[in-house]
Amino acid sequence: MRSFFLYLVFLTVPSLAMEGTAPLKTVDWSFNGIFGTFDRASLQRGFQVYKEVCASCHSMKLLSYRNLEGIGYTPNQVKAIAQTYEVQDGPNDDGEMFMRPGKPKDRFFQPYANDQAARAANNGALPPDLSLITKAREGGADYVYSLLTGYAEAPVNEKPMVGLYYNPYFSAHWIAMIPPLSDDMIEYQDGTPATVDQMAQDVTTFLAWASEPEIEVRKQWGFRIIIFLFIFSIVMFFINARIWARLEK
Amino acid sequence: MDGKADKGRRDFLILTGYTMGAAGLAGLAVPFIDSLNPAADTQALATTEVNLGLLQPGQAITAMWRGKPVFIRHRTSEEIEQARTVELKGLPDPEADEARFKDNPQFLVVLGVCTHLGCVPLGQKPTDNKGDFGGWFCPCHGSHYDISGRIRKGPAPKNLTIPPYEIKDKLLKIG
Amino acid sequence: MANVKKSSTLSKDSNRIAKWIDYRLPILSFLKAEAVDYPTPRNLNYWWNFGSLAGITLVIMILTGIWLAMHYTPHTAHAFESVERIMRDVNYGWLLRYIHMNGASMFFIVVYVHMFRGLFYGSYKKPRELLWIFGVLILLLMMATAFMGYVLPWGQMSFWGATVITNLFSAIPLVGDSIVTLLWGGFSVDNPTLNRFFALHYLFPFLIVGLVFLHLVALHTHGSNNPTGVEAKKPSDKIPFHPYYTVKDILGLVIFLTIWGAFVFFAPNFFGEPDNYIPADPLVTPPHIVPEWYFLPFYAILRSIPDKLGGVVLMFSAVFVMFIIPWLDTSPVRSGRYRPLYKIAYVFFLVACVALGWAGAQEAEGVPLLVSRLATAYYFAFFLILMPVLGFIEKPLPVPESLQESKRKKGAGR
Repeated sequence: MRSFFLYLVFLTVPSLAMEGTAPLKTVDWSFNGIFGTFDRASLQRGFQVYKEVCASCHSMKLLSYRNLEGIGYTPNQVKAIAQTYEVQDGPNDDGEMFMRPGKPKDRFFQPYANDQAARAANNGALPPDLSLITKAREGGADYVYSLLTGYAEAPVNEKPMVGLYYNPYFSAHWIAMIPPLSDDMIEYQDGTPATVDQMAQDVTTFLAWASEPEIEVRKQWGFRIIIFLFIFSIVMFFINARIWARLEK
Repeated sequence: MDGKADKGRRDFLILTGYTMGAAGLAGLAVPFIDSLNPAADTQALATTEVNLGLLQPGQAITAMWRGKPVFIRHRTSEEIEQARTVELKGLPDPEADEARFKDNPQFLVVLGVCTHLGCVPLGQKPTDNKGDFGGWFCPCHGSHYDISGRIRKGPAPKNLTIPPYEIKDKLLKIG
Repeated sequence: MANVKKSSTLSKDSNRIAKWIDYRLPILSFLKAEAVDYPTPRNLNYWWNFGSLAGITLVIMILTGIWLAMHYTPHTAHAFESVERIMRDVNYGWLLRYIHMNGASMFFIVVYVHMFRGLFYGSYKKPRELLWIFGVLILLLMMATAFMGYVLPWGQMSFWGATVITNLFSAIPLVGDSIVTLLWGGFSVDNPTLNRFFALHYLFPFLIVGLVFLHLVALHTHGSNNPTGVEAKKPSDKIPFHPYYTVKDILGLVIFLTIWGAFVFFAPNFFGEPDNYIPADPLVTPPHIVPEWYFLPFYAILRSIPDKLGGVVLMFSAVFVMFIIPWLDTSPVRSGRYRPLYKIAYVFFLVACVALGWAGAQEAEGVPLLVSRLATAYYFAFFLILMPVLGFIEKPLPVPESLQESKRKKGAGR
């Protein structure tokens, strides 16, 4: 619940807003704050984590390969990435659908044909689409990071659930997702050690970018526009004072 | 306070106010106007690829590029010869045939949009009326185009537009 | 000393084209009379800025709204994605949408402040009853517009908000269910509902423009109220609207835009719910359904009554009671400034409204429920009991003879 009044009244008591879940781990994200920007290297590592780990279950329906230019890839690199996927196209002149290599304009490859297939493959649980995940969860990037690194031994008072894993950051504490990350499960192209924490931070950065790709432009322009309006306010304040001073005479 | 200096400062202030107001309004107009331009996804779709391998001499196919038809004609050598020998003098939009194709004179690639008012000319199907010059004929207001896509007769002012394209190994890439 | 002209003719030195037009269609002299020369009390404070702010916010909302509508698709299968396309692919689409999205909250802030100002200074009292009533009508239309606009992105909150709010009407005896079916155009909130909500969301702002026009006609008939509540009698009590209030309104506007911009650029989803970035799913209700903050006080009133029909009736009464405020207030004194008891009652009313807003965001149980019940009781008691009774028992402070006298006194006191 992120309503205005709640903010006013309970700004200092976050635990009440997140009832029953552990307080989130906070990370000093590079994209936080007024001048926040994305760390391109982290974004690209995060994309690698998504591609090699998350993408086998989680779709990102709203993203296209062309969007990857936004994390620092050149158009040719994007083309090469897109080409590694097979995309259905058609119908061709014979009226048949056919497979072709992906193009930058294509949407990200989806692991399942539809939600039903996704549920069928995951014991009835639907792996959520990740296109907007940091915007669609209370706590945003911190929540995603906390969840990814938050798997733990269940306390004695928690009743174990078959096929579910204990995670104090998840709303029900028992989550259907297998702990997705383990040390050195992937090999980063830039040689960064692939610890769970590193991978969680990188993929969270990537997901935050995917949710709000406009964030850098928004903050840069926002800063300039707010400065402009602030100066304009001061100018208007003096004009107003001058005009009204006429009445005193 | 000195009256004159006071007045000068006021004028400067008010001028600053006007300037900032005008600049602010102009700046505000930018997102409104630019949002009407093609969006990123629309621009990404602006490339079309066509395989020319099966296109026999004399045949034509129509491809779609940016929501508009593109006429692709595999011209026979007689047609090419005929297009080359046209006297350029007196054409409404004089252009040599050599300027109407890239690399390979066999393939003519033009936008299938009449330069008069945007109708799609006839002439792609064998049964179509190809006009008086064996190319295309626009049924809307009777413009005749020749086998080089040049306007020869009728109200259209310009030759059919040539889109940006390249042909590599019989693969045509438009855009 | 400013000299106020009452004539509505163009000045002699205006150019020939202006004169030509004005002779045939007196639009220029009308504008000059109503927006330039318009005699305004000279003692208006900054609370009087919020009327023009509301007007400008309406214009910005209509402009960004029309521009968003050019990219939006009102279909359950495409609505969510078309909004995301605006956010990701349309040039400056994110800016237009965030301005519009936060603009809804800004609009309500401004209008609520505008209303609280009117309530304190007695701006609804004779001869401004209709002015007030048109204001309440505008609020009603705004609420309907905001509600339907929130449905358009077709996220989880959109869908479930629409479901819950439309179901309010099922409380009506006998015909309730038929009315809900009629509202939906089906048997649940679905594509027909989304389509008509889009159509009406586009239409209503223009109805609001019409009401705003009538609101302004009523305002300009007897002129603005002022902090003293004393009608301006002498010509020197009033000053021309331009440049005094045009400049002051622009100052207010620029400050307001700075605040609005801070939300748009640095906390665009502050007023929003994360759940609305999950596409609508008719099979899963989010754990906490909360309306937008500007509806929270009314939502708290709804839930303070354990009875379904009673809650709905009370909630709508909370708005409709505002229509009769001009006749509930029996005090001979207009401005709250000279009404010691009303001042106290008014402060408690403010507290009650904030408390209702807070309680509306909580689970309806325990302390929040108790708070919402007490605040609801006070909300209605303020209008229905305190307003009429205070007029008789209260001994007002001495009211100044003219609005300038109060100013001079204040100056002498310093």
